[in-house]
Amino acid sequence: MKDYAPETVVVDTDILILGGGMSGCGCAVEASYWAKPLGFKVTLVDKAAIDRSGPVAMGLSAINTYMGMDGKVTMNPRRPERFVEYVTNDQMGLMRQDLVYDVARHVDSSVKLFEKWGLPIWKDDAGNYVKSGEWQVMISGESYKIIVAEAAKNAIASLGDKGQIIERVYITHLLKDEKEPNRVCGAVGFSNREDKFYVFKAKVVYCAMGGAVHVFRPRSQGEGFGRSWMPPFVNGTTYALILQAGGELTQMDNTFVPPRFKDTYGPVGTFFLLFKTPATNAYDEAYVGGYPEELAKWAPYADANPTPTPLRNYEMILCAKEGKTPYWMHTERVTERFKKEITDAKELKKKLKEYESEAWEDFLDMTIAGATNWAAHNIDPLEQPSELQLSDPVFIGSHAGSCGAWVCGPEDLMPAEYAADFPLKYNLMTGVTGLFTGGCGVGACAHKFSSGSHVQGRIAGKSIVKFANDNKAFTPTVSDATIAKLKEAVYKPIKLYYEKCNYTTAPEVNPNYISPQGFLFRLQKIMGEYAGGWETGYGTSDKMLEVGLTKLAMCGEDIEKLAAKNLHELLRAWESIHRYWVAEACMRTRLARKESRWPGYYYKFDYLKLDLSKNFMLNVKYNVDTKEWQVIEKPMVSII
Amino acid sequence: MPSYVITEKCDGCKGQDKTACMYICPNDLMVLDKERMKAYNQEPNHCWECYCCVKLCPQQAMDVRGYSDFMPLGAASTPLRGTEDIMWTITYRDGRIKRFKYATRTTPEGSAKAFADFPDANVGDLNNNLLLGEPDLLGVDELPTIKK
Repeated sequence: MKDYAPETVVVDTDILILGGGMSGCGCAVEASYWAKPLGFKVTLVDKAAIDRSGPVAMGLSAINTYMGMDGKVTMNPRRPERFVEYVTNDQMGLMRQDLVYDVARHVDSSVKLFEKWGLPIWKDDAGNYVKSGEWQVMISGESYKIIVAEAAKNAIASLGDKGQIIERVYITHLLKDEKEPNRVCGAVGFSNREDKFYVFKAKVVYCAMGGAVHVFRPRSQGEGFGRSWMPPFVNGTTYALILQAGGELTQMDNTFVPPRFKDTYGPVGTFFLLFKTPATNAYDEAYVGGYPEELAKWAPYADANPTPTPLRNYEMILCAKEGKTPYWMHTERVTERFKKEITDAKELKKKLKEYESEAWEDFLDMTIAGATNWAAHNIDPLEQPSELQLSDPVFIGSHAGSCGAWVCGPEDLMPAEYAADFPLKYNLMTGVTGLFTGGCGVGACAHKFSSGSHVQGRIAGKSIVKFANDNKAFTPTVSDATIAKLKEAVYKPIKLYYEKCNYTTAPEVNPNYISPQGFLFRLQKIMGEYAGGWETGYGTSDKMLEVGLTKLAMCGEDIEKLAAKNLHELLRAWESIHRYWVAEACMRTRLARKESRWPGYYYKFDYLKLDLSKNFMLNVKYNVDTKEWQVIEKPMVSII
Repeated sequence: MPSYVITEKCDGCKGQDKTACMYICPNDLMVLDKERMKAYNQEPNHCWECYCCVKLCPQQAMDVRGYSDFMPLGAASTPLRGTEDIMWTITYRDGRIKRFKYATRTTPEGSAKAFADFPDANVGDLNNNLLLGEPDLLGVDELPTIKK
């Protein structure tokens, strides 16, 4: 590969969808629907196969965002207002309520489509969806992503030669228009299977390649390195590209720390909500509610019902500091409860069989390792408890986390304070003209989950067609010199490797370069030890962050020294480059936040309290010309 | 718990341009050794153990062995995925076996047509907030909003 010279493939399209996860598939459906009568071309690009790409690749056992506005649910039909209130409290008062409301008012329609397409949703005898909690609907979701991807593929296929899906292409850069500086007009990337460099030119770009994992160090470091809670293949491309295009990110300090079954990160939601499973510390005391005096420092959110996720996590951290771990999920006590409650032997046998099947399905639908881990430790969950653990921090905008871009909301809901940032008024557009996002790409809009991400993709899908239609006359301006420069940068790690690999007798250790894996380990070590990873019990401080940032800057300089011996390593190199940008955005935001807003996600040793005078979101921005970072305060404005 | 390929069973998908496991792996882990016509996992420590490869392998040549970081040897979760359900066989380290069967989809494969049963899009509606099939799909008369 010494004289590697891949061909350049130029794809002209009207609408470019980057990422084929839940939100990308939602966007594909809606954009195709509206693009069809207008004759627009729609192109979707994914770095994997969309049948099984993104965090829903393995499947899911529940849909976690559903209102039930039609009333056809087993309990608690809800309206968007109540959801907005819940999400705001869960994230300690900082939330873009206009965006959350927009997801909530549309989300039921995506779930209805999933059912129509073939997703098995649990129902009672009257045909009502089985809700396991306030917002959760139970499903048999092994094939969830396949079904959702199939609808997206069929929607794009219905456009004939105006629809195209390109898989196994990794996007490295967005293209900025050379006539209009604040405008995006496409993207470039490389095929990790063929010798092809792709240039996509478009009127509008939907950038939704998920959140970011493996920026912080995972707890397992051998084979188990890949066993992160959210999959290791979500690597922050969305955030890195939006930053470099000049867009603003928000809440990049708010990483979600999932409390999960230890080591495998099997889901806890169904156990807590559906089975009402008790969890305790090692001394059989409930850690939830175990630290009322400490938690009172986080009033009024400490008094919210349910207790916000970051505070429940913090109780686990306090429990660990007292040396009272392991934590236990008492699955066996559900069995004991059934034995007490059900006196008829036949009924009891039926109930226990149902519990066993549903408990195992919860893992087998979405975290198969959790099932194997029970079997490997000879644990029968009906008879023995399992350990819990707090995982490594993840960047996510769709779960109980708020990372993502600062985007325009819907006109009928967006407060004037935010509307001033978005004069063009296209729903879900960033501050960069023509650049939209959704799913984990949208910040300060937590609790979307799979269904909310899909519907947010659909909201954006309609919005981007509207934008394309309003900009029919636009043609991208990108010079050949720009393309040539980007192509050289993209393949630089391969060139460097073959220039220098023979300098040492074994290519792994070479003073002229660093491997993608080596680079990733350095990044994770810095983040874990200075920025509030599990290594410090999720604590950090201004002093730690200041040193961490100097080390991170050198890590960033060494991007120039990344080497890759083949296309697969090139993929790993670019994934790590994008992770670096996420790390820097996170550290800078954490340094600027002089309080501990979400103590179970991360806390500041030097500001260990909630400070209600700091009721603002923190945005972060990067200037590519001056290479300067900027952190900006955005007020919290309620709409309900 | 990285995926692995059983040498005897893998036929390299008979020399097609890519194997089923290469096609499906979300993390680009599977590669085909064309000389041996056998696939393998090139980077086991990046495996999410999602089983997408195991479920799709036409030769049932793939399985997963629990991550050596924390899993004692001897256990397995083995899927048999059909068109409407999936059967799991759980093998315990101590030899116990459990079997479970779950639904996976209620419609024939390939039948998920997004626009079926909906009228064509009306370009004039681009300016309102209603998405495909709304408000009917929502089961409400009109899309909720907040009066400012």
